[in-house]
Amino acid sequence: MLTYTIRRLILTIPTLIFISFVIFLIVKLSPSDPTANLPLTIPPEVREKIRESLGVNQPITVQYFLWLKQFFWLEPRIFLENSFGWDLGTANETRLISYATRSPVMDLIWERMPQTLWVVGTAYVVGILIAIPIGIYSAYRQYSFFDQAGTFISMVGFSVPPFFSGVLVIVVFSVLIPTDSFWWLPSIYDTTHRVTDWESFKFQFRQMIMPVMVLALQITAQISRFARASMLDNLNQDYVRTARAKGVRERGVVMKHVLRNSMIPVVTVIALGIPGIFGGAIITEQVFKVNGLGQLLIIAIQGGDVPMVQTLTFIFAILIVLFNLVADVLYGLLDPRIRYD
Amino acid sequence: MTDTSLELDKPSRSQWWYVWVQFRTHKGALVGAFVFIFILLGVLIGPWLWPYEATAIDIRSRNQGPSWAHPMGTDQLGRDTLARVMIGGRVSMAVGMTAMFIALLLGTLIGVLAGFFQWLDGILMRLTDLFLALPLLPLLLVIIMLFRETLSASFGPEGGIFILMVSAIGITSWMQTARIVRGDVLSLKEREFMVAARSIGTRNSRMMSRHILPNVLSPIMVSATLGIATAIITESALSFLGLGFPPDFPTWGRLLRDATDFLQQYPERAIWPGLMISLTVLSVNYMGDGLRDALDPRIRGR
Amino acid sequence: MNYRKLLVGAAVATALTPLAHADGHSGERGRDGQVNIIYWQAPSTLNPYLSGGTKEVESASLVLESLGRFSDTGELLPWLAAEIPTVENGGIAEDLTSITWKLKEGVKWSDGSPLTAADAVFTWKYCTDPEGGCAQASYFDGVENIEAVDDLTIKITFSGPKPFPYTSLVGAESPIIQEAQFKDCLGAKAPTCTDANFGPIGTGPFVVTEFKANDVVQFAANDNFREEGKPAFATVNFKGGGDAAAAARSVLETGEFDYAWNLQIDPTVLAEMESKGKGTVATAFGTSVERLHINQSNPDPSLGDERATVKHPHPFLTDSRIGQAMSMAIDRALIVEIGYGAGGQVTCNVLPAPAVYSSTANDACKTQDIEGAKALLDEAGIVDTNGDGIREKDGVPLSVSYQTSTNAVRQDTQALIKEWWSQIGIETELRNIDASVFFGGDPASPDTFQKFFADVEMYTNNFAGVDPEAYMANWRCSEIPSPDSQWQGSNMQRFCDPAYDALVDKLSQTAGIDARAEIVKQQNDMLMNSYSIIPLVHRGGVSAYANSLGGVQISDWDSELWNIKDWYRIK
Repeated sequence: MLTYTIRRLILTIPTLIFISFVIFLIVKLSPSDPTANLPLTIPPEVREKIRESLGVNQPITVQYFLWLKQFFWLEPRIFLENSFGWDLGTANETRLISYATRSPVMDLIWERMPQTLWVVGTAYVVGILIAIPIGIYSAYRQYSFFDQAGTFISMVGFSVPPFFSGVLVIVVFSVLIPTDSFWWLPSIYDTTHRVTDWESFKFQFRQMIMPVMVLALQITAQISRFARASMLDNLNQDYVRTARAKGVRERGVVMKHVLRNSMIPVVTVIALGIPGIFGGAIITEQVFKVNGLGQLLIIAIQGGDVPMVQTLTFIFAILIVLFNLVADVLYGLLDPRIRYD
Repeated sequence: MTDTSLELDKPSRSQWWYVWVQFRTHKGALVGAFVFIFILLGVLIGPWLWPYEATAIDIRSRNQGPSWAHPMGTDQLGRDTLARVMIGGRVSMAVGMTAMFIALLLGTLIGVLAGFFQWLDGILMRLTDLFLALPLLPLLLVIIMLFRETLSASFGPEGGIFILMVSAIGITSWMQTARIVRGDVLSLKEREFMVAARSIGTRNSRMMSRHILPNVLSPIMVSATLGIATAIITESALSFLGLGFPPDFPTWGRLLRDATDFLQQYPERAIWPGLMISLTVLSVNYMGDGLRDALDPRIRGR
Repeated sequence: MNYRKLLVGAAVATALTPLAHADGHSGERGRDGQVNIIYWQAPSTLNPYLSGGTKEVESASLVLESLGRFSDTGELLPWLAAEIPTVENGGIAEDLTSITWKLKEGVKWSDGSPLTAADAVFTWKYCTDPEGGCAQASYFDGVENIEAVDDLTIKITFSGPKPFPYTSLVGAESPIIQEAQFKDCLGAKAPTCTDANFGPIGTGPFVVTEFKANDVVQFAANDNFREEGKPAFATVNFKGGGDAAAAARSVLETGEFDYAWNLQIDPTVLAEMESKGKGTVATAFGTSVERLHINQSNPDPSLGDERATVKHPHPFLTDSRIGQAMSMAIDRALIVEIGYGAGGQVTCNVLPAPAVYSSTANDACKTQDIEGAKALLDEAGIVDTNGDGIREKDGVPLSVSYQTSTNAVRQDTQALIKEWWSQIGIETELRNIDASVFFGGDPASPDTFQKFFADVEMYTNNFAGVDPEAYMANWRCSEIPSPDSQWQGSNMQRFCDPAYDALVDKLSQTAGIDARAEIVKQQNDMLMNSYSIIPLVHRGGVSAYANSLGGVQISDWDSELWNIKDWYRIK
């Protein structure tokens, strides 16, 4: 398993470089333009000057290699300088600059990280914590009232998109409930809020309730379905009958044998979702004005901000590749019979 | 061991007959199938029977609540909501189902191949990583820029967009299924019955169709149900961004999104399309449950 | 924090007693606590020279100021200047080739250093640096030199007579920046000065305390602001993100915010929200007109590279009678009612404001006349010959494609117009395109508004400031986009008339508001009579403010927040 992991890690480098090139081609080819969102009062010749100063018109390979150099060579050094106070001689080099803000891409990403992790990350943890028990119990008592209700709620929850459910909870908790009520919740997330004491933590908690719940609903619906299906498959296997026959307690059968064997699809889905935490949740972030990485990405896409889209998508790609590797390693731990070599 | 009962049945007709018998006993599946067929007929035949056109504007009767003339009310331009829900359903159902089938076929194929054949695993999974990493919106902008004109020329503006949407949603949503199926196959491959099957010299193709596929059916069914909902919603997000169907062309996702702004004044406007999406997804889910139970020889006869 | 709160509280308490009863809004600086503003599109930088977007310009206008600003009525007010130079007071040279501004005395930057004429000169150099890609470069068009005559006197020399010289360093788009802060940021170095771009030092009522790009800006009152007791607010929370409906809701329904900008949402929804009694919807009209451009060239794909170029005139839309019929069939009042509400007015002119320039010759279009349109087409011999319900001209069916950017109101308008045109026998195919592509101008994309690969397109355009000279020059023959010019150009509908070009030249030589107005009206009417451009709605900026917010005067001629120094909390 160790050699497999090391081999896979080495293999990720060419994979990621190839992915970065494909992403770059797509982002460059797509017809949006960094000056598109400017008012029409700005004349075309000025727009052309702006494009030139951004370097949009340079040959595509030049731009790609510049990006590669900045992302893999310059930015890591700057990160080291900032964390350890070293001097690696980066002062005179041009950093990876976003077209829209004309400021370093990586700084913006770091700035967005906290709120994204807080909201989307919490939602993910909450979602998983709710989903797995529901999945287990629904499968164990298949077609019981609990199972039917769980199926119904998760399916409806999954088919109602967040652009609707988000507005719905805002209308209920921010508009219909009066502002001075205990149940009132803020509809706009304050990204400048800092948790320093109990009071500020309470505020943070309140402003996170709605976005976290809306996101967690989707995550719960999805994971609980996979957990249930996989549990059902395993509950009917011979080894379960054998274990029961051997006199293992029911609790032990379900929690030890069945659960462990059912986790493979669940682990896959969770691993696929974790990069999504960093990708942010575009619609939910927009509805609640969380302004995390998802909002950064969508604004960059709409504004034709190539360096930003490229960098964000590529970081996303790194996480996808890494977490899929983690999932593969976990398969081996969950089911020692799985071998890759 | 699991398939001995099937092996003994001679013609395939009787095999499917058994499946049908089993399916019929599943109450949820029957209700699901009934609702699904009802919706399907409604969106296919309904628009012919209903007197109002989905795009006909009648300014005098705008923003009306439900009445006998307009059972689901009218929108801000006086268009009949029932007519729009029916026409919109055609597109949403078609996009949802087709995209789901593409995703399922591709996902299952790639997942099974990658899980079963060691030498294919690396390349297929790196391909999956690549597709997972592709940014959907810029990708669609590129696809639409490159292919819209040619497709519109050969299939008409709506047909062209339909093909674009379905294939774009389809080819960008198979990865999850593929990874889940592969994970399951990796584990199945090492189970006793597989080892037994291999030891008696079963051919690979037969191993896959007889032993692997039936056993990965349940995650596939879940992916399918979730896939329909995702496809319908993705379509709405895309047409909202101007990447989808012509603006006066309703789809369920689009109707729901348009209704969100009017949530406080006319909540029913959001309920209808929302209900249709939920019902479709629920009915497919129950049909999937029934089908899975019916195909599972261990449950059969219980 | 608490200490500060205490201070503010004490200040309010003392301020209330002597003055408050008079008008309730004068007293100590920073007495009214925080004001919350929501712009659903958040500013990406606070340097308006690096990004010309409205959101950047308006958020920066809290900090950066210019020589003069336009009030809500379009009147030019001296801001950093002591007075507005005119020919009469000798500020403008007789031959119209130079203008001399005098700065107010004693104006300080927020860091305490004095504002001098050198800063103005530097601003000009900063924006005109060839490698800087300055978004507001057009404000310095025709400027030959800007010099500091003395510390408080700025002389701007033009390369030729400039009948309307109030563009450079006037209005929110071209404010004065501090030389000391930006002196190392010229040209290609501009993006390296992130701290300066995100936190410019200004002369305005507020200073930046925290800036998060595309998210939120926090401002605090400027201790060195030149006006006593202003601003009334100690801090400004300038939040971005979400959409227009959510922004409106946060002011009009939940009361979390005090001011929301650009609320183009369904008028019935907005009216419903306003009826909750928490806030007020206000509209400011500038020069924005939602219009249809009628393509005078043929966009047929089979023409290949010569598609939508002047080499191939449109098979039927060059006939102004068809354009006229299309215009007559439209019920503009209904479009306003359904899509714009208080945020729109019916207009029949591409140039509806300022009042002195607006023509009344075309007002017949204000009422819909379907029968008249049909009669006009019948009379012209454009009738339905094959019985399919669509008229033909010389055998070509009147079937048009109609494109616009993606936006709920535009899609409703499209649906309505399609319906009306079908009533007069014109078939319409609708398309909507993502705004970033449509307005993007990427020469590789077929879907840009410059390429105009459709028969009709709809969008809004306007001009900044109050002088229409440059705007009316958009429709010169030489402005027609074509492959040779990389599809750059502002004459979208490919209108070309030598008589029109002559008027453009005449306008650039004419001084005096009345004479200029005469020419502008002629130009407007000429465009209208060609029916190559069909104005629909005169659009205003729609904003909402909480009822507890006083002093708001929304202007569409300048930054909406132009007078934020005068805002206060009604108690």
